[in-house]
Amino acid sequence: MLMLDKALKGSRRYWMWLLCLFCIIAAGLCFYLRQLDQGLGITGLGRDVSWGLYIAQFTFFVGVAASAVMVVLPYYLHREKQFARITILGEFLAIASVIMCILFIFVDLGQPARVLNIILYPSPRSLMFWDMLSLSGYLLLNAIIAFVTLRVEREEAAAPRWIKPLAILSIPWAISIHTVTAFLYSGLAGRSFWLTAILAPRFLASAFSSGPALLILLCLALRKLSAYDVGKDAIRKLAIIMTYAMAINVFFVLVEVFTVFYAAIPEHTMHFEYLYLLGGGHNLAPWMWVSAVFAVAALVILFTPAWRRTQLPLACILVFISLWLEKGLGLIVGGFEPSPLGAIAHYAPTLPEWTIVAGIWAVGAFLITVFYKIVLSVREEVDS
Amino acid sequence: MKITRKDFLRLSGLSLLAAGCKPAVRSANQPASGTGAAPTQLTRWGMVIDLRKCREKDGCNACVHACNAAHNVPQIANRAHEVKWLWTEPYATVFPSAQTGYAPQTVTETMVPLLCNHCADPPCTRVCPTQATWKRDDGIVMMDWHRCIGCRYCVAACPYGSRSFNFEDPRPSIASINPDFPTRTKGVVEKCNFCEERLTRGLKPACVDACPQHVFAFGNLADPDSEPRQLLRDRFAVQREPELGTGPSVFYLV
Repeated sequence: MLMLDKALKGSRRYWMWLLCLFCIIAAGLCFYLRQLDQGLGITGLGRDVSWGLYIAQFTFFVGVAASAVMVVLPYYLHREKQFARITILGEFLAIASVIMCILFIFVDLGQPARVLNIILYPSPRSLMFWDMLSLSGYLLLNAIIAFVTLRVEREEAAAPRWIKPLAILSIPWAISIHTVTAFLYSGLAGRSFWLTAILAPRFLASAFSSGPALLILLCLALRKLSAYDVGKDAIRKLAIIMTYAMAINVFFVLVEVFTVFYAAIPEHTMHFEYLYLLGGGHNLAPWMWVSAVFAVAALVILFTPAWRRTQLPLACILVFISLWLEKGLGLIVGGFEPSPLGAIAHYAPTLPEWTIVAGIWAVGAFLITVFYKIVLSVREEVDS
Repeated sequence: MKITRKDFLRLSGLSLLAAGCKPAVRSANQPASGTGAAPTQLTRWGMVIDLRKCREKDGCNACVHACNAAHNVPQIANRAHEVKWLWTEPYATVFPSAQTGYAPQTVTETMVPLLCNHCADPPCTRVCPTQATWKRDDGIVMMDWHRCIGCRYCVAACPYGSRSFNFEDPRPSIASINPDFPTRTKGVVEKCNFCEERLTRGLKPACVDACPQHVFAFGNLADPDSEPRQLLRDRFAVQREPELGTGPSVFYLV
């Protein structure tokens, strides 16, 4: 079913790469065992900033997972044939991302051994319950769709008829995972930074540009490293989606900035001031400006006809880094600084925290490598 | 009796389904807990804190020490890892929206005792994914330290900063352990329990009894003749951030 045999035959380069990833995973695991032993005190978290890099990374990768819909929707709903070779790559990227999300939540728990309590004592009033349902459902949907379509491709048979309804179902489901994730934050009365109805739309916009940016980079890497080409048209279309999603995201952020600063309610402005005020000694501020400058630079490149095609990889890297800083770091930490009592904790992730995060990234890269290896081998076999 | 593979699979599938449905059925049978204090509620524990009396002996902290000793609250040097049930903050920090800017420093810098507000509609219990924290019929917001998975969603949801997470093992940081009250482990959230363990024995909370100034008035808010209700009738009182709709059960006389 999983066709894992395909992942066991590879070049020396393939095995070296997997070995590198394995080492990073092992390093992350070592630090995680230490965290398990000593508690979350070995991270930079504290009573004021009680969620940090782990939860921020979780939020960012829910977006990457949801962004698979940007290839699934045109392919299954609009029959865009250009996406024929890229759709399955998007689905496997979603699978790897959801697994990363689950790991990020898991390493953030103080008592991970009790994680099944979420199922033993289901609490529909908690958004975390719905997040668990939507994420696991999305993982299941994508796993079924991706592996079954690949399987029938290998057997050169027609896809079973129930695959298309499942793929169509995965479209609203993708929207739901990121909406519910935004609701985790935007439903908290005491956290004015997140208490805004634009949070879910903003999450979706940033997801639909950061995800395609990563997918384009992965496709370009595949073209360099193997003979597999998803096609110019697919990349071009995906780049357009990324461009407009990025523009909408920047617009949403500016809308938020206007509301916050024109109304000038201290409770709302203080978080933005914490994040963006340079010279205040807040260690995140320079990074938030890097994010803002990269966003503008990416948009300039993507909207300039002469650069759009030649500088696409650079633009994708800028989009990805910009949104990673904004959402994978600032958005969560900014909600806690300053605290409801006005305290600033100066949260900075520690070495163990970074290593655990790198380990989970390596798990994601490992899964992507294996999945894409299987896809490429099956398609090579069919083509020959 | 012979059982085919198909039968076996069908049976195990059905059993799994039945087991899976059990919690849903159970929760459907439980009556939904209403939001807010129902007028017919018999008991709603509450507290009135007289800041004028407290100011007369500013910084005595007898209440804080009594609470820490009674509940095995660890004394952790690292500010970020502190565990606090009852503690004090300056008046201006606690009531930022009640500042005129012209009050004398003696008022704005006075230390104010803080604790869990035992809200009528607590945001923390709403977000908990395992029902490890819940509101009792008498209004006390409880914590089950054996069920808590340490996700800290309640910490993010509490607008008052009243919840503490054990970032490290608290036991080495407890000066002398009170054997009558459990200690906690690393990785769980804890907070003030309104001395629920003393109330069952007919006692008042430890902070109330420890205060030399009789700053704390504790009693049943549902009873019009209770001490807190009499104080609230006679004097002007404030709550922390009542505009959030949480309905705190702790009141401050300013």
